[in-house]
Amino acid sequence: MADLSVNFAGIKAPNPFWLASGPPTNSGYQVMKAFEAGWGGAVWKTLGVPVINVSSRYGGVNYRNARLAGFNNIELITDRPLADNLREIEEVKKYFPDHAVIASLMVETKEEWRQIIRDVENAGSDGIELNFGCPHGMCERGMGSAVGQEPAVLKTIVEWVMEYAKIPVVVKLTPNITDITVPALAAVAGGADSISLINTLKSIVGVDLDALAPYPVVDGRGTNGGYCGPAVKPVALNMVRECAQHPGVNVPISGIGGIETWRDAAEHILLGASTVQICTAVMHFGFGIIRELIPGLERYMDEKGFATMNDMVGKALPNAVEWKMLNLKHQVIANIDADKCIGCQLCYTACEDGAHQAIALPGSDTRVPTIIEENCVGCNLCSLICPVEECITMEKVDDGTQHETWEDRTLACTIPTTFDDERAGGREHYVPAPTDAFKKK
Amino acid sequence: MAELKRPTTKAEFEANFAQLKPLMNSTEAYYESSRCLFCYDAPCVNACPTGIDIPLFIRQIHTGDLNGAAKTIYDSNWLGHACGKVCPTEVLCEGACVFNHQHIKPIEIGRLQSMATAQVISSNKKLYQCAPDNGKKVAVVGAGPAGLSVACELRLLGYTVDVYEAKEKPSGLTVYGVAPYKITNEEALEEVEYLQKQFGFTITCNSPVDSEVLKGFETDYDAVFLGIGLGNTWLPEIPGIDLPQVTGATEFVEKLRMQHAATTIPSDVVVIGGGNTAMDAASESARMGAENVTLAYRRAKHEMGAYPFEYDLAKDVGVKGLFNVQPIAIRGVDKVEGVELVRTEVVDGRVHPIEGSGFFVPCEMVILATGQVKQIEFLGEIEGLDLEHNGCIKVNAAYQTSNPHYFAAGDAVNGGAEVVNAVAEGKVAAHGIHQYITEA
Repeated sequence: MADLSVNFAGIKAPNPFWLASGPPTNSGYQVMKAFEAGWGGAVWKTLGVPVINVSSRYGGVNYRNARLAGFNNIELITDRPLADNLREIEEVKKYFPDHAVIASLMVETKEEWRQIIRDVENAGSDGIELNFGCPHGMCERGMGSAVGQEPAVLKTIVEWVMEYAKIPVVVKLTPNITDITVPALAAVAGGADSISLINTLKSIVGVDLDALAPYPVVDGRGTNGGYCGPAVKPVALNMVRECAQHPGVNVPISGIGGIETWRDAAEHILLGASTVQICTAVMHFGFGIIRELIPGLERYMDEKGFATMNDMVGKALPNAVEWKMLNLKHQVIANIDADKCIGCQLCYTACEDGAHQAIALPGSDTRVPTIIEENCVGCNLCSLICPVEECITMEKVDDGTQHETWEDRTLACTIPTTFDDERAGGREHYVPAPTDAFKKK
Repeated sequence: MAELKRPTTKAEFEANFAQLKPLMNSTEAYYESSRCLFCYDAPCVNACPTGIDIPLFIRQIHTGDLNGAAKTIYDSNWLGHACGKVCPTEVLCEGACVFNHQHIKPIEIGRLQSMATAQVISSNKKLYQCAPDNGKKVAVVGAGPAGLSVACELRLLGYTVDVYEAKEKPSGLTVYGVAPYKITNEEALEEVEYLQKQFGFTITCNSPVDSEVLKGFETDYDAVFLGIGLGNTWLPEIPGIDLPQVTGATEFVEKLRMQHAATTIPSDVVVIGGGNTAMDAASESARMGAENVTLAYRRAKHEMGAYPFEYDLAKDVGVKGLFNVQPIAIRGVDKVEGVELVRTEVVDGRVHPIEGSGFFVPCEMVILATGQVKQIEFLGEIEGLDLEHNGCIKVNAAYQTSNPHYFAAGDAVNGGAEVVNAVAEGKVAAHGIHQYITEA
């Protein structure tokens, strides 16, 4: 059985599944309950300057029958007294000495940082996470994402923290920035032991069409919130990968963003995360999802022969390359399994209206469409929208002997260079005449 | 003991006749509508006689636009609510749903349809604006599905429409002939009231039309539409057919629909026939508490005209099927004591009784679902109106009869089909009438 234990920049935990800082880590009660259920660590809901929260704090994005495909919040950091939180951290550590308890912090002045670091260390925290990500409320007061978006300020604060901290420091980054490696490098330059990402994306989750105000509506008004949940995983995966691949960001990464199942976690880990943090999925389904996460990841690691977490971390990075490194000679073509096809013809209309007019309708005796192979560019669209598993598959049609990338061609000086260059792609591809549009019903 | 206890109170009656397709709540509709694939050239639409844009109205339900969904439905089908409940969706839209090919439950189109339309009916939402009065008048004979469809469509075009109904209530078979567990009287009548309020056609009930009245219509109206349906049950000439406990299925269902819990039924009932009406009559007898309901059909089970799901419904409430038998006499002096049946065989497609195979099935009531007669006598009095050899009214593609002043659709033309067929034909007929009048 794979060994899931981790040592993350000196913070040890029985497994890589940590609760991200947020409502599920608001109290010792919740954290103890989570550890009882099997979670390996918890980043405490951010401690810091005093706040007042509003009522009506969350908004959701539903997609078809799925609730909370996306989620946003306008909740601030903890509104519980610091003394209560410190006492509870101490109590949790008493019962769970081997689990990771990390104090998320957000204060303003250097003196405040000094004090609060001393407090959480005295309470027995295993590490500190600096919340430089919160994109609502706190940033208006010069904290949270206001820091994360200013690399110089970020670096200075990290330097203050490193001056005082005796325990490992994690810097949590905001994705509300053009290039995530810039604040990541600033954190490393400031001496941070590790980074975590992503915090939430600045968002308006929807508009109340009757109240004419953004959700969540607070007495007739709304504000931007922080977006998270399954919808943000693609953004998170790419940012984790960018940091993991940057030679200057050579610190452990805790992956956050859209993780709900072992598969999501495995993706983060393969792209360079050595622990993962989860919040929204717990807010949706409770701590019990750990029952699926741990055995799922263990089974996958056993299947792939990853004995330890270190064996698995970043294993997809060599294959995550720039576009110019992709093989231009690779060719796939869609294939419809007529026995599996249910005749919805969504592939037809998708290809016809949204792609390359490479699917034909059948005669009247069947509803199974056919692929016009000479038109198919192998874009995958039909296979993605097909509602039947394994009905439309993308079949490799090149013989695998040829390999040529844009970079190869650049070096060989064979890339197309003018607008109507003979060497450009798509030249032989069939496109109907514009007026053929009138012939379709 | 029968499957269902004899109902003695209104509540027990309603429990035995619980709606097969109850209204969806908004959560169920949200989830169910989310499953629709929005097929291209959707098979469900092609399977609907009225061609409702089903994927569109389901999408509208999902986005919370129930008024828009109802409008999409009514644009194609003026009895959208009733059809959602009474249509044999299993063999129409839902039977065509592509999910069937994947062994996934098809979308519950009928229930989604009734859900959206129920919302506009209960809120009396005005969805249509009739064209200004064009000064032309059309008389509609029969306030059944065909007649109502014609009335709505013509009012939209600006015609004055007067509907004449022989019975006490409008709706035709939707209220008089469909099994009560498919639609309640209230639901059927509320939709007609909603349409009438919105479109402003008149309905005069208890107003049978005879040839003399028709003569008046010919001068008072620019066209006449005949949506007269079929007549009473055809009764075979066998001994005992006049006994008081012998009834036609159509008449039996009508009595049940009008008198509900006040109807009583004996413990042993024989239903003769193999069509959907026979299934309804048998199922209803069992739901009324009859302990032994025997369905006797002269051919084999697979030759029944009834949809398989209708037979399943009857079997579910304890009805017993008896096939390849036909009645030769009903026994009894003042009341029914049983039916004399004889076994049959089918030779060259024709049913032949087998000599000496007779047997007796004791019962106290016989319901004959042996088809309805055509109203040949009444129709014969209309000058120049030709009938098909089977007694159906002869019409062209615009549902115009051989007497150009008369149009007809529904059961009187198709010989007896579904509510949805009558609605579809009525819409075409209305446009035929419009063309006839505007081109005259």
